[in-house]
Amino acid sequence: MSLDAKLGIGETVDLGSHTFQAGEIKEFASKYDPQRFHIDEEAAARSVFGRLCASGWHTISMWMKHNAASFPATVERSRQWGTPIEFGPAAGLRDLKWLKPVYVGDTITFTRTPRAHRALATRPGWRMLTTDNAAINQNGETVMTFTTMVLMKAE
Amino acid sequence: MTDKKWAFEDFEVGGAIEFGPRLVTAEEMIDFASRYDPQPMHLDEAAGKASMLGGLSAAGLFTASLFMRMMCDAYILDSTSQGAPGVDYVNFRKPLLAGDTLTGRSVILEKRISKSRPGLGFVSVRHELRNQRGEVICEMANTGMFLLRNPETAA
Repeated sequence: MSLDAKLGIGETVDLGSHTFQAGEIKEFASKYDPQRFHIDEEAAARSVFGRLCASGWHTISMWMKHNAASFPATVERSRQWGTPIEFGPAAGLRDLKWLKPVYVGDTITFTRTPRAHRALATRPGWRMLTTDNAAINQNGETVMTFTTMVLMKAE
Repeated sequence: MTDKKWAFEDFEVGGAIEFGPRLVTAEEMIDFASRYDPQPMHLDEAAGKASMLGGLSAAGLFTASLFMRMMCDAYILDSTSQGAPGVDYVNFRKPLLAGDTLTGRSVILEKRISKSRPGLGFVSVRHELRNQRGEVICEMANTGMFLLRNPETAA
């Protein structure tokens, strides 16, 4: 089994979906991004967005929730081919684009597509994995894309 | 005309906005992680110590979300912000550990008025977040959208 196959390079994983409700949009925003169009329907109606919409940080955090929930299955799959993958911390994000607002009631599907990996000279056994990620609404419109770089122990 | 302190015209290229300090508690890190990124090193002191992060450490998206909150409190809530289309990059340079006190700085890189919406401008900013030892733990760059204070006088 090649390392590319073990890491699922080029394979898009459907991480599941979430329907955003007004209460959770306001709760997240009141803690982390209390701009009016994320916490107040009337102010949102007067804003460029036209309706209450989720903070972009809420949308990407919800992606992470689904991504993390998929780790056990990924580790289990890799175990079948020998030493299981061990997930480490994230090094960063690139090209995070909030292409369309996520409105109350939108059902967003999250995906992950590993693209490339390289060995880390300073940490034997560890690799930097680059992954392209997306969020798609119920109309098939892509609402968010971004790339993550995550440390991963994989042989 | 706006009564907000920060409209498009008020951002000065080359200028900087300082924010913080902000003490980060284990409770709020664990609260975020349990909702959005329930990996052991973000939930448990012992697991954090055993990881390469060296202690109970914040989820990357907690750091980014808290960063957003600090910027909201420093200037975005008192601005003509119309949201942001995305983030160019987020680099997690060092772990954010429980008990750290953060300070931040936003440096204005460039700005331009929208061609399609003359009342709106784009402000590109590079941000950094430091811990109490002066170490940069997170860097980010993005472009925000702000309404003009005086659209009729903008050339």
